[in-house]
Amino acid sequence: MLQLEDLTKIYRMGKVEVRALHGVDLTIDDGEMVAIMGPSGSGKTTLMNILGCLDAPSSGRYLLDGTDVSRLSDNKLAKIRSKKIGFVFQSFNLVSRTTAIRNVELPLVYAGVRSRRNPARLALEQVGLGDRQKHMPNELSGGQQQRVAIARALINDPAILLADEPTGNLDTVASAEILKLLGALNDAGRTVVIITHEAEVASFAKRIVRMRDGHIVSDQVQRNRTGATA
Amino acid sequence: MNLREAVRIALRGLRANRLRSLLTMLGIIIGVSAVIFLVAIGNGVQSSVNEKIQPLANLITIVPSTGDIPGGAAPKDLIDADVAALADPSLSGKIAAVIPAISGKALAETNDYRFRAGIVGSTERWLDVNNQDLSAGSFFDAAQVRSAARVVVLGPSVATYLFGDDPAVALNRTVRINRQSFRVIGVMQTVGEPGDSAAVMPLSTVRRYVFGGGDKVNQIIVQAAQANAVPAAENDVIRILSDRHRIKDPANRDFEVQSLRSRLDTFNQILHILTLFTAAVAAISLFVGAIGVLNIMLVSVTERTREIGIRKAIGATRRAILEQFLIESLVLAGLGGVIGILVGVGLSLLGAAVAPAFGPTFATFAPAVTISSVVISFGISLAIGLIAGGYPANRAARLRPIEALRFQ
Repeated sequence: MLQLEDLTKIYRMGKVEVRALHGVDLTIDDGEMVAIMGPSGSGKTTLMNILGCLDAPSSGRYLLDGTDVSRLSDNKLAKIRSKKIGFVFQSFNLVSRTTAIRNVELPLVYAGVRSRRNPARLALEQVGLGDRQKHMPNELSGGQQQRVAIARALINDPAILLADEPTGNLDTVASAEILKLLGALNDAGRTVVIITHEAEVASFAKRIVRMRDGHIVSDQVQRNRTGATA
Repeated sequence: MNLREAVRIALRGLRANRLRSLLTMLGIIIGVSAVIFLVAIGNGVQSSVNEKIQPLANLITIVPSTGDIPGGAAPKDLIDADVAALADPSLSGKIAAVIPAISGKALAETNDYRFRAGIVGSTERWLDVNNQDLSAGSFFDAAQVRSAARVVVLGPSVATYLFGDDPAVALNRTVRINRQSFRVIGVMQTVGEPGDSAAVMPLSTVRRYVFGGGDKVNQIIVQAAQANAVPAAENDVIRILSDRHRIKDPANRDFEVQSLRSRLDTFNQILHILTLFTAAVAAISLFVGAIGVLNIMLVSVTERTREIGIRKAIGATRRAILEQFLIESLVLAGLGGVIGILVGVGLSLLGAAVAPAFGPTFATFAPAVTISSVVISFGISLAIGLIAGGYPANRAARLRPIEALRFQ
């Protein structure tokens, strides 16, 4: 479970202060599939960075599974990212010149897990890439790369899967596949948070949080979710 | 994350940029191999010279002082009795052998040729004490010394001039010296001039047939019991001769005592400094190599900023990133060091193999690789990896993940 309480983030650019988040309160329960929407500059990327423990808030609290992670050291944040968070990025962010299976194994390496080959293989099979293990990222299509990234995000069994514009670099067909995959993962009980500015993408989520100028302007539950299986 | 995994990641990073890694290593390879090779050459020269001189290092040469000492007693000649006193074991325990010699110049003639040779008269031990060898025939023996046999052993220049290139041809031929006939019984191997132009005969023979001169000797060669007994033996020689010549004041000595030992020590010191100097020059290239490693590691960190961001996002700690880049540069420098050692040792072996082709002077010359130069230069390359890699690795580890991820 994620709880944000009165969360503020201020960037200082020289002498100018930019308020990216103004007192955001948000709770995401386990098993939810939430889309965070908003135009660029709305603060959704800042929110995503804080949710993903890549950045610390200026004030307020962020409870991740009950632990306040808003004031943790670099090292502790790295451990939290390793154990509790899985990232899916717009530009896939696979490590280049490294095979699909090794990319998937990486989070296990940093988590200190010794047997990695099998879980990595299973994770790749789960996203339908069992036959592409030895391929380099540049030998895979965009959709396939994003699926490798999802497998990598899932390998440490994180509490939350954070997807930042996961379909931003994909064509319609691949986008639909990725969103279906994320939906299926959520159906299996995984908490999924998608950051997007596309309504179409958001329509796959069960709940849509809209942001503007660092505030949450609406928070609604979707009944007729696209591609819902349950 | 364990070390093995870190090494594997680092190796993969290096392999991804094979040419660049190799060029970076080249700086270290050249530096290390140059240090090892140059030190080996210095040692080779030193040991080759020592090897040649060492057998002579325990020799002490005594010659009479020339000229009168103003206000002093008339200088006495060195005579057979001096030789006998030096050889007396009750007077000195440090002296192993005493070889008297008289020398001068005389014409050596055959029917066709004449050669101005250095005539040496000595005992049967002269050849072996001077560490010389024969290329043909034999040296005279004790009986021939006692009987003043009319035999002569020629230096190679004399033999070649009088009888041609083949030393064996000279054997049993007759040479006239001072209008007396002598039979050639041996020819010596070359040792360089003036030794090559010498003709060696028994002391008694020279006295009787060539120079005359009663019991005088020109030179006494004293062989110390061991090389390190030379200073003690030298003192004994001075004491015995001063007693015999009744000399109280060292300034009034009528003989001079010289040993090769002290000259050898000076030579070794000079050579040692030269070797260190060349090694230092080679070490400069190692330093340049270090800058190469630093440069490449900085480029590598900048180039892979995004990768560092990804790794951090999926859970890499600062330490993991630090380790990755540090190990990368350690492997780079360490591998360069190992290859440099192999190249340096290889060059030294090659040098030893081809050196004799440059002539007899280099026959015994072989570059000698020292363990210390190998250990030190490898240690320096590892230190280069640690220092030149440390700064970039630290920079990489401190990158903030969101900024690193945004880097294009």
